[in-house]
Amino acid sequence: MAKAWPMAQTENHSKEEHGGQQERQFAKVNEIIALYEADESALIPILQKVQEEYRYLPEEILTYIATALGISPATVYGVATFYAQFSLDPLGKYVVRVCDGTACHVRRSQAVLDAIRKKVGLASGEKTTQDLGFTVETVSCLGACGLAPVVMINDHVYGNMTPEAITEILDTLEKREGDAK
Amino acid sequence: MAGTMIVDGKPVELNGEKNILEVARKAGVELPTFCYHSELSVYGACRMCLVELGNGQIVAGCSTPPRPGLEVKTTTPRVQKIRKMALELMLANHDRDCTTCEKNGNCKLQDLAHRFGIRQVRFGQRDIKVDIDDSSPALVRDPNKCILCGDCVRVCQEIQGIGVLDFAHRGSEMTVTPAFGKEMAEVDCVNCGQCAAVCPTGALVVKSQVEEVWQALHDPQKTVIVQIAPAVRVAVGETFGLEPGENTLGKLTAALRQMGFDKIFDTSFAADLTVMEEGTEFLTRLKNGENLPQFTSCCPAWVKYTEQYCPEMLDHLSTCRSPQQMFGSLAKKYYAKELNIKPGDMVVVSIMPCTAKKFEAQRPEFVTEGAQDVDFVLTTQEVVQMIRESGLDYPNLESDSLDMPFGFTSGGGIIFGVTGGVSEAVLRAAHYLLLGEELDQVNFTEVRGTEGLREAEIDVGGTKVRLAIVYGLAQAKHLLEELKAGRADYHLVEVMACPSGCVGGAGQPVGTNAEIRSARAQGIYTADKAQQLRKSYQNPLIEAVYEKWLGEPNGEAAHTALHTTYSERRRIQGDSISLGEDGEAKQVEVAVCVGTCCYLKGSYDVLQDLGRRLRGAHLEEDVDLKATFCFENCGSGINVKVGDTLYSGISPAKTGFIFDKITEALQSK
Repeated sequence: MAKAWPMAQTENHSKEEHGGQQERQFAKVNEIIALYEADESALIPILQKVQEEYRYLPEEILTYIATALGISPATVYGVATFYAQFSLDPLGKYVVRVCDGTACHVRRSQAVLDAIRKKVGLASGEKTTQDLGFTVETVSCLGACGLAPVVMINDHVYGNMTPEAITEILDTLEKREGDAK
Repeated sequence: MAGTMIVDGKPVELNGEKNILEVARKAGVELPTFCYHSELSVYGACRMCLVELGNGQIVAGCSTPPRPGLEVKTTTPRVQKIRKMALELMLANHDRDCTTCEKNGNCKLQDLAHRFGIRQVRFGQRDIKVDIDDSSPALVRDPNKCILCGDCVRVCQEIQGIGVLDFAHRGSEMTVTPAFGKEMAEVDCVNCGQCAAVCPTGALVVKSQVEEVWQALHDPQKTVIVQIAPAVRVAVGETFGLEPGENTLGKLTAALRQMGFDKIFDTSFAADLTVMEEGTEFLTRLKNGENLPQFTSCCPAWVKYTEQYCPEMLDHLSTCRSPQQMFGSLAKKYYAKELNIKPGDMVVVSIMPCTAKKFEAQRPEFVTEGAQDVDFVLTTQEVVQMIRESGLDYPNLESDSLDMPFGFTSGGGIIFGVTGGVSEAVLRAAHYLLLGEELDQVNFTEVRGTEGLREAEIDVGGTKVRLAIVYGLAQAKHLLEELKAGRADYHLVEVMACPSGCVGGAGQPVGTNAEIRSARAQGIYTADKAQQLRKSYQNPLIEAVYEKWLGEPNGEAAHTALHTTYSERRRIQGDSISLGEDGEAKQVEVAVCVGTCCYLKGSYDVLQDLGRRLRGAHLEEDVDLKATFCFENCGSGINVKVGDTLYSGISPAKTGFIFDKITEALQSK
């Protein structure tokens, strides 16, 4: 059965100053940083590994990495926002990547993207649904141009997509979700 | 490198110049720049300093080293075309509301647009407006005016060793921003303002309190007194065409009096007091061998830096308040009584070369009977604006003299305005404070200079006192590392954040460079020399203050009024990500881990199921449900935190258990 983990006792050190996050020891991040010997030039691989572990790059972790590598949090933020592969917000359960490379684009990937966004109910400017169900983003090329337009949902690749086909796939996913409940 | 280069057809002797820019300058051609500063690394981004080489190649003058025989032309049709195009592109992206801009008249972009005769911008105006960040007490950041030259990024990184700002995002979305797009007040900015000092446009400016001060001056209820910092007197004149370094304290006093300030005093007087307190403190520490080296505490940027980055060494900071705050404390605690007014009816204004002083004045430690000790801090720039607004002919003002009882200073109090000054003033007094004997020596030239780190060893009553004098927090950071590693050992360490000390403060007139700083420093030493009394303890007003109010240096009354405490400070503030709408505080916080481990076990299902249940029970207003990252308890199922309690081993089937815990937590509230 679930056991309570006593947190309160470590928080007497002034919760205000440490924002209530200080109970974490950052063990996993430490492992990753140690793997790269806290080398400033390994920032990108470190961020990649951390994202693999946490599924996104939490602010606290980025600040922690900055401190560990002896660079400023603003610099780490700059690198993390420069590359599209990094996400600073929690991703949805399903990450939908719509390829918008040249091949996919000329085969009307935009219509596929619009259909997905409409289906999962994303308002303009939003990347992830409110309930963290879906994250929808575009990528520049998935390397499967022969199957254009291509969509990836988590690790699965779907080729020759049309608005109708992707809607059907999302329907199936939703149905599976419903059955699991 | 020796040899000759040809600039616009004229031969120029090379003599160790770092780049073509410097060689061109020697040839009498001022190449335009935004992103080049001789004291920072070369960035080469603004494309203003382009020159055409003999072979037709176009290169940036700042990033190309000179070599003998090289032929450059600075004004060819191609170079002109590219420069104008680059300028127009910058202008198209820039909020061009010049008339209401803080930098109006002092802006490099405005200046270059004028100089290159830009009469129209061929490109569409950027129509996105971003919020202005005025969260900081010292600075205002307006991203709409940023031209991405990166000067602020580099000065903060390279001179101050902090790196509050950096480039973020990519392409057309690129911005210069604090980490995570936060506001300046939420991050580790020490308010030194050097970013604003190098900013060529109005993207980073000093936060003005001119309006508040005018209001106080026009309020008959208020007694407005003003203190003038040492470094201000040698800089104000510059903006009115006088030479940098010319001491215009008398004119400034006359101007302030005309504006309606009730009493005009000198911060140098409080600096004399600082020498008594800090000197006594130092000699006690030296005798007892505790908390050495002692760090000076006059520079508020350095104090905040230590609180953020080196809390384990806070004991080393002198507990003395800075001269500004000593003055404010004396004024509100004692002087107000003497005038028979409440501290709340007295308005203390400081005129400072410094932006961090604005932050310091607002620290909660510095309050008397609920009133801030220092109400408003005006930088040199702001006081210049007030003089202009008053329509005064500054250079021709008849000198006026300061008021009593805080209007007389020793030379020791004046040299606080330049790097090494605090150390020298303490050394001048140390012998007397230790042995009660007069020492003939006045000048301690060992501690003077322009290098960022200087060391000296001085005999004080038989003890060899080792000092380090540092400016620039990057240098200070290095010194702290050396101290921690045991590779350095000092008794007294003086730190000033700004280049050359306060004379190079970010509140000083725009366009400060090394040459101007050194002229101002010279002005300070000249003012020191002109002073009848050179040592702080000789100042009769200081003696009077102790006699009347404070007792003895480091005594009880002095401790209450003139000393302070420090505490560890978090570098970056922020909250985790909420799923619901932001708004009023929710009663219970529930966090579900969405790290890979918990994700694979179905944490998203838990999260979504909880969301549904909460909505079903109409509890979404009371519960702050959020996704969070690893609780470091992997391997035992999904982790969910309700309030302060972490529950592990949760599976999607056990969401009901968590829901019950949430309702329990709500009931106990």
